[in-house]
Amino acid sequence: MNAKVYTKVFFYLIFSGLTTVALAQSHGDHHHGEEGTEHTHGVSDSLPVVDTLVHIDHRASCEEHHEEFNAGDNAVHHISDANAIHVVGDFYFHLPCILYAPSNGWTIGTTAAFHPHHHGNGENTLNGYVLNHGAVYRIKDASMATGVHNVTCFTKETLLDTVKNKQIELKYAVIDGKPYELEAKTTYDGGLLGGGVTGFYDFSITRNVFTMLLTCLILGFLFITVAKAARNGRGKAPKGLQNMVEVLITFIRDDVAKPNIGHKYEKYMPYLLSAFFFVLGLNLIGQIPFFPGSANVTGNISVTIILAVLTFLISTFSANKHFWEHTLWMPGVPTVLKVLILTPIEILGLFLKPFTLLLRLFANITAGHIVILSFVSLIFILGHSGESTGGGIAGILASVPLTLFMMTLELLVAFLQAFIFVMLSATYIGAAVEEPHHH
Amino acid sequence: MSFTVLGAGLAVIGAGLGIGQIGGKAMEAIARQPEAQGDIRSNMILTAALIEGAALVCMVLAFFVKAAN
Repeated sequence: MNAKVYTKVFFYLIFSGLTTVALAQSHGDHHHGEEGTEHTHGVSDSLPVVDTLVHIDHRASCEEHHEEFNAGDNAVHHISDANAIHVVGDFYFHLPCILYAPSNGWTIGTTAAFHPHHHGNGENTLNGYVLNHGAVYRIKDASMATGVHNVTCFTKETLLDTVKNKQIELKYAVIDGKPYELEAKTTYDGGLLGGGVTGFYDFSITRNVFTMLLTCLILGFLFITVAKAARNGRGKAPKGLQNMVEVLITFIRDDVAKPNIGHKYEKYMPYLLSAFFFVLGLNLIGQIPFFPGSANVTGNISVTIILAVLTFLISTFSANKHFWEHTLWMPGVPTVLKVLILTPIEILGLFLKPFTLLLRLFANITAGHIVILSFVSLIFILGHSGESTGGGIAGILASVPLTLFMMTLELLVAFLQAFIFVMLSATYIGAAVEEPHHH
Repeated sequence: MSFTVLGAGLAVIGAGLGIGQIGGKAMEAIARQPEAQGDIRSNMILTAALIEGAALVCMVLAFFVKAAN
């Protein structure tokens, strides 16, 4: 081996070490200081059916106390969206907050107004909103809806609903020694990853939106540069960046669009290329574990829903008579069979196709992120949250190679899922525009 | 809780069998006709993606059932 190979290996190791540290440091202190406070029973009395709710975990005071590291919670926290981006230590990249509550109007500012410190918990309230773990919550109590109050700490309470046999977690912000219940986090995914329907709307530029804008800027810059180079160098061999992009574009054209759509493929190329590069760019940026990346955008179901809806609209509106005939009233099939079985199944299939399209992308990317986060969590599980040095070292020895392996696999998945998304989109469009064959 | 986890696991068994069949048959086909490798590979990925879709629907249903209870 020559010196060049050694240098490469050296940088690879440095990068992988940095990667693990970057993933690990952001939740290294999660286990201590999930502070709590003694609150009177009055808080849960306000709930409608009191006797079916049993306290299992009643958080005591704002004192620091030890909490077991929970790998599942940690993974969900890292794959979900947030209002501020955690960079390193107590340093946050602040993003604009655009919040609307029907009862007290618009609140516009940045997450810096909450003065976030440790864990992304804001030091003060803003018009009744608080920042906990980098996400905006709203205080239910209307008396807190205006002005700026000092938040001592955040606390959780776990209740058991004995009727449904389900655990409920309530969050509180402690202000002047008194706990105020918080509403659930707003989500666009219908509460699939925690949160739910809330009394306020969050239109903020969140971590995911920021990453999407960043990806659009990068892609815009890339394609404008390449397009200029292609225009100026007409007739000459492409070089550099142009080479890389042209390979992908001709791949989408020759291997995805032409065989699946047929001779009308040119009309759909802009959509297929945009979808491919958008998904690929977001997948790859999501692989970067530190600041500008790390957002799980294509693993957010609302993003994939919009992409699948676009494919659904394009394929449905470009469908010809032949397609509708074979979907709704196919020739040569007994009427009973058509009415009872085939047509209902075909109509269901119309909606199932985009549904699996959105689920495939969402589930693959989310699963990849969760596996990587679980491997990083090994350090904290084996190290007993920093109590056992030997366990921690064993965790690092197990975690670094496993994380590296998963990240390499995820690079493949990033390309594969972008490819499958456009491939299936092209197949659906192709089925919709197919001309009848006359035998 | 335990039954939904079982359902998700069963979905994975089904998808594993299906994708295994596709992979095996595709390998056989490539061994028989190496010149058709490109076509076989893209069709293999497409079919595997369709099977994966069915498995993912099962897993998400399991997830919803778990969330609803």
